[in-house]
Amino acid sequence: MRELHHIGLSELAAGLRARRFSSIELTETFLGRIERSQGALNAFISVTRAEALAGAAAADRELAAGTGGALLGVPIAHKDLFCTRGVRTTCGSRMLDNFVSPYDATVVAKLKQAGAVMLGKTNMDEFAMGSSNETSYYGPVRNPWDPDLVPGGSSGGSAAAVAARLVPGATATDTGGSIRQPAALCGITGLKPTYGRVSRYGMVAFASSLDQGGVLTASAADAALMLREMAGFDPNDSTSVEREVPDYVGLLEQPLAGLKVGLLKEFFDKGLDPDNGQRVREALKVFESLGARLTEVSLPNLPLSVPVYYVVAPAECSSNLARFDGVRYGHRCESPRDLLDLYRRSRGEGFGAEVKRRIMTGTYVLSAGYYDAYYLKAQRVRQLINADFTRAFQQVDVLMGPTTPTPAFAIGAKTSDPITMYLNDIYTIGANLAGLPALSVPCGFVGQLPVGLQIVGPHFAEARLLTAAHAYQRVTDWHTRIPKAWA
Amino acid sequence: MALTREQIESIAALARLELTAAELPVYQASLSRILEFVGALERADTASVTPMAHPLPGLSQRLRLDAVTEQDHHAEYQQNAPQVAAGLYLVPKVIE
Repeated sequence: MRELHHIGLSELAAGLRARRFSSIELTETFLGRIERSQGALNAFISVTRAEALAGAAAADRELAAGTGGALLGVPIAHKDLFCTRGVRTTCGSRMLDNFVSPYDATVVAKLKQAGAVMLGKTNMDEFAMGSSNETSYYGPVRNPWDPDLVPGGSSGGSAAAVAARLVPGATATDTGGSIRQPAALCGITGLKPTYGRVSRYGMVAFASSLDQGGVLTASAADAALMLREMAGFDPNDSTSVEREVPDYVGLLEQPLAGLKVGLLKEFFDKGLDPDNGQRVREALKVFESLGARLTEVSLPNLPLSVPVYYVVAPAECSSNLARFDGVRYGHRCESPRDLLDLYRRSRGEGFGAEVKRRIMTGTYVLSAGYYDAYYLKAQRVRQLINADFTRAFQQVDVLMGPTTPTPAFAIGAKTSDPITMYLNDIYTIGANLAGLPALSVPCGFVGQLPVGLQIVGPHFAEARLLTAAHAYQRVTDWHTRIPKAWA
Repeated sequence: MALTREQIESIAALARLELTAAELPVYQASLSRILEFVGALERADTASVTPMAHPLPGLSQRLRLDAVTEQDHHAEYQQNAPQVAAGLYLVPKVIE
């Protein structure tokens, strides 16, 4: 039999049902891998061994009784910005180092309901602000393919954990590329659903018009299963959409023939590393051989998505993070002189450099005299980008292009200039601005480093994206590759 | 667009962030650079464009019945508070 960590999430769920192994066995296997990896990868902020083993034992009893949900007994991890009752939720920040949520996020509750067993909370860029996992208060996460490189961010811990097979699946969030970019850099599958598809209740807010929870797994089939269990209407999230969740798993085997694929002209630009671009073009040929029809599509306003994002996201962040005031929860400074001193020093000490930079950028673009010139202007250009996507989806079923301009880069290489770091998300931000579902699948290597192909669809076309990715993964094996050190 | 040191101090004051003397010039440089970068937006013609308010067009805010659905959790919530007494959050004296 194959080693347990080589088996994907859906097959593990089926294997548990067939009693080929127990949840305790699986949980012990993955906990052991997590614990051995911590020094090398730093993918976890909290490991919840005791809770996990108790959960696994309960799952085994339900498995024996033949009851329980679709993920019964399957070990997973949560990005440390999903609130977990009784287990601390830090958001990668000193501000929340001691925060223990009194309730579960809806995503956490739904996955628990489906029977999944949480092994711990994964490392991330502080408040999800970063593209390299270097802004975490708990130190950087290392890329399992090369420990000198970043795993991407902000869901770097979840991505590294799945890539090194420390867990078969993990939750993540995507505000400007934080699921897809680390998926590409770590060689795994990552799906950001449509805005409103997955509840944001209990997800610590960064930029509320862009944030969306999603999944990181080895394969599209695994992502389909996990998303099906996570998605759905939630009255506790005012932007959650009342719309039935399709059976993403049941729809996986639909044929691809005739799928109209638009190649995003603006993504094959001079910023794209030629080898990275070559791997993406090879993947497109595979889609052609599966019966897809390729045409080039131009979205002329798309190159403005990074500037739009770096007005809109900081604006929403400055507003959302105003709640961290040192009064109700979170870090409080020592011996405050007065209330203002308490606010200023608690926030000054509790937030890291990048978070402070974004709060200040947001404060500035929303301040009197600048709101029209920056914030409203950005929301107008966002409308233009949105209209570009709407036009494109009148001609094609999905859009394809690279997920990132380059493979993983060295830790420390892009920390001196924020703009260089921000430009990592140049191909991913557009989908967030327009609220579209988008997915990254591994499509080859440059040297030893994985490369991602991005597939973007119209609103609520998750099934179409997963079907396309699954068809590709049936004829390729990039998604099965595991870094040597973690095989 | 270059920001002055005074502007950075005023932004930090608005954002209720204490910055050290060493942090000020760092943010002065990086915020100036970010504003210069987002200045690219000026070139887009948006004369007749409505600002985008929601990623899903046509959706309006949902309303719920005006009924009490929440229970009192204050004791549980206050376990995360830095300082409480008699069910109240404590802060330094505000009124003399």
